[in-house]
Amino acid sequence: MRKQLKAIAVSVGVALAAPVFAQEELNFDAYREMLADGNPAELYEMEGEELWRTARGPKNATLEQCDLGLGAGVVAGAAAQLPRFFKDTGKVQDLESRLMHCMETLQGIPSEEIVKGKFLQGERGKVAALVAYVVTQSKGEKIAVDLSHPKMKEMYELGERAFYYRTGAMDFSCASCHSQDDKRIRATQLPNITKPEGAAAGWGSWPAYRVSNSQFWTMQHRLWDCFRQQRTAEPIFASDVTIALSVFMAGKGNGAEAQWPGVKR
Amino acid sequence: MKKLFIAAPLALCASVAIADDLQAKVEDMMLKSFKANGIASLDRQKQDAVQKACSSPTQPDADTMKRLEAAELATIQWPSDGNYTGGDWKEGQKIAASGRGLTWTDKTPDNNGGGCYNCHAMDPKEVSEGTIGPSLEGYAKLRGNSEEVVKYTWGKLWNSKAYNACSDMPRNGYGGILTEAQIRHVMAYLFDPASPVNQ
Repeated sequence: MRKQLKAIAVSVGVALAAPVFAQEELNFDAYREMLADGNPAELYEMEGEELWRTARGPKNATLEQCDLGLGAGVVAGAAAQLPRFFKDTGKVQDLESRLMHCMETLQGIPSEEIVKGKFLQGERGKVAALVAYVVTQSKGEKIAVDLSHPKMKEMYELGERAFYYRTGAMDFSCASCHSQDDKRIRATQLPNITKPEGAAAGWGSWPAYRVSNSQFWTMQHRLWDCFRQQRTAEPIFASDVTIALSVFMAGKGNGAEAQWPGVKR
Repeated sequence: MKKLFIAAPLALCASVAIADDLQAKVEDMMLKSFKANGIASLDRQKQDAVQKACSSPTQPDADTMKRLEAAELATIQWPSDGNYTGGDWKEGQKIAASGRGLTWTDKTPDNNGGGCYNCHAMDPKEVSEGTIGPSLEGYAKLRGNSEEVVKYTWGKLWNSKAYNACSDMPRNGYGGILTEAQIRHVMAYLFDPASPVNQ
């Protein structure tokens, strides 16, 4: 009985930003469903679509010839198959590092500006808007990451090792919070990423619009904040560890439907 | 998926060259993919013995666990004046509730939170409580305050790995997360009969 009362009280807490739900479980699903047809991420999608078609940068070019893996200019369904190995760069790239590559090669915008920049600002902020546009074109698609290339296999294995890698001032790894079912940090539910359902729940719901701070966060941004809370040093934007963890999550979540872009507390 | 099952036992066998190669690559990646920022230096990316041994889905064997735990136990600083529980539970409550400190956006290293509520239930009236660790509601009411329980609790707060080498709990004293005075306040929050934890 006490547990039930607690659950209701927490729901009321959530209601600071959302209507009241007297649920047994502390979850956000009902609120998310209500926003499904009016996700504020749409504003970023629109901005991203415009950025895709606008001639910019030192080369005054659009991104319409950018190859996200399905051929030059093909956006529909591309995000569902990322990260992937790209022959032209010889690298495994996620959506953000691939967009960065296109911005550099097509538009002449230096990648370094994005890598050394800050989230939500400048060219890195523009990458986020482009991400919103691209993932929306994979809404409802099944996650379909091809792990057959040796570099993808290696990234998956590195990602799995990184997931369990304890380090930092508090001895945490990703697994400290994300390797058991039905656990919470405070009132926040944690997906069990060691299982396909949990990996899909994590991978398939970011990028997302965050109601608590009215910001659109990409997966790079989310991973960066996970590491901040783990008390590690700061992960470098689009560095190997971020790509490896992305391949691990996407690969484990393969076959599940992506909910992009998500809505989060 | 099958590959994974093959990879896991291999990783336990240090003599297998492929596993060693992958391990070296992971260690390299966990260093080179990061940069120092503020108080979060690159030293944080290097593992100590406990972190290294507890970085796979399976725990080390019992002998290794015992050896690691003995080494961690030796790091615990017991209160110099023998005062384990004489802190202020109200201060302890603030420390338990705060999850702040030690990130690259934090400035000072000596007023961190303990982050207890992130993982534990403590005050039965607190609704926003994590579930990764066991519930500590009614801590002293249930366990009493014998010397054994009091000493164990101090030791667990100071260095949790002394009792379970692969515990999820941070090493608050050993790791410089909390000061001795702060740990005494948290002890009071757990043991003081007037503390909400024991109501």
